[in-house]
Amino acid sequence: MTGFLQNTFNGLVGGAFYALLALGLAVIFGMLRVVNFAHGAFYMLGAFGAYVLLTEAGVPFWAALVIMPVGLALVGTALERAFIRRLTRLDPLYNFLLTFGLTLILQDLVKLRYGVQSSPYETPAALSGSVDFGLFDFPTYRVFILGFAVAVCVGVWWVLTRTRIGMVVRASTERPELTRAFGIDVGRWVTPVFGFGIGLAGLAGVLAAPMRAVNPLMGADLIIVVFAVVVIGGLGSIFGSVAAGFGIGLVQAWGEAYLSDFPIVSQTIVFIVMAVVLLWRPAGLFGREEAPA
Amino acid sequence: MLRIENLSAWYGEAQVLREVGLDVAAGEVVTLVGRNGAGKSTLLRCVMGLHAGQRGRIELDGRDIGRLAAYRRARLGLGWVPDDRGSYATLSVTENLTLPPRVGPDPWPLERVYEAFPALHQRRDSAATKLSGGEQQMLALARVLRMGARLLLCDEPTEGLSPLLVQQVGDLLREAKRHGVTVLLVEQNLHFATGVADRHYLLAEGRVVEAMDNSEVRSRERELLSYLGI
Repeated sequence: MTGFLQNTFNGLVGGAFYALLALGLAVIFGMLRVVNFAHGAFYMLGAFGAYVLLTEAGVPFWAALVIMPVGLALVGTALERAFIRRLTRLDPLYNFLLTFGLTLILQDLVKLRYGVQSSPYETPAALSGSVDFGLFDFPTYRVFILGFAVAVCVGVWWVLTRTRIGMVVRASTERPELTRAFGIDVGRWVTPVFGFGIGLAGLAGVLAAPMRAVNPLMGADLIIVVFAVVVIGGLGSIFGSVAAGFGIGLVQAWGEAYLSDFPIVSQTIVFIVMAVVLLWRPAGLFGREEAPA
Repeated sequence: MLRIENLSAWYGEAQVLREVGLDVAAGEVVTLVGRNGAGKSTLLRCVMGLHAGQRGRIELDGRDIGRLAAYRRARLGLGWVPDDRGSYATLSVTENLTLPPRVGPDPWPLERVYEAFPALHQRRDSAATKLSGGEQQMLALARVLRMGARLLLCDEPTEGLSPLLVQQVGDLLREAKRHGVTVLLVEQNLHFATGVADRHYLLAEGRVVEAMDNSEVRSRERELLSYLGI
């Protein structure tokens, strides 16, 4: 029982990263119809930025937790204005070329300066140690990640469901062309939404820094699973991306714990789940077929 | 109020509208009738600014709106009622109604909308796509009335509705007309069309081939029904 609870907790922590990244991808895809392959690179930049701020300027984790998401959101905003908005009328292949190319450039720039080896990032003092849950102890930092990610997801959910801005974003995400026909300047919301999605990736990166190896390829390793999460949740579905993020975190943790005798299955379980979901619901668990204007 | 001159439109290589010209005066209800594929819906989409491949002139109150983005046209008073009702699954009924900004001089307050459509009030917190087809149609019409749109562009609002609901849609359009709202309507139901509209344009293969008034449509109903394949 204790083992199961621990695995479940670990799964939720892993899922928290997937949820934050998939949430950003979902809002970006929903509003821009752009699949941002560079999302993993921004996650990596979040972690690396926190590392550089600490080692080269002495900026602590808590400050990095604000500086990196905001800074990367601004970078995302500039990127959308300069490049991404030119993609919307082009063949999706250009979307792939631009964002994948951007990934390679960002990764290689970091490699050039810091090499490929992993860099350690110390857990902030206030979050070191562990929390006693009675049946088991769990690292304080992981409890913090889970609580923080859930709070961010709930906050985003609140804004999306309880405010006029959220209503416009939901409508624009679901049916952008129709929303324009109702007098909403969807384009005005595109830049801040893209920046927000990138900011979430940066936030996930900062949170990952003390827990995972900070290296230029950390985003590339993660993003493949995140894309599977987005597809399982339903491309463009905001709720689906968060639910699938935590769900896949659990499936992965349980798979690693209980299917360790079948490494082929445990290592590919995310993609097995994705295939089954797509056979059952081709638009994903919470996705819908595209509707016309 | 609305004047269209030499409007042509394409889907890729295929030309679907050929130098269409028509007028709709303020306060009029005008229908576009024609076989499937005649270009009626494309014409409405062109007016709304939702079809990219087009050439020609579209004037609203004497102003050329042909190059304006769809959202700017909506803000000038165009109300879009799409053939699939345009319901948002992620928005409640109330949110579907309050999403568009108020654009005209006489927008319906939400209370008036709910008074006129008690079924929508009853299900105001439900996702709009959970409503029945008829309720979604009422929602689509109520939404543009709440916007205060001055020119409604309605794409087959009676399609798939029961006779009782068709009558309700008719009543609603007549009431809108009484309040000075102008309507351009794609409609296959000739009986319904003559009941609500002042004039009719017959489209064939992307051209306006005839302009008719109600008495002409009634007198040629059998011929027109046979032409439309109904």
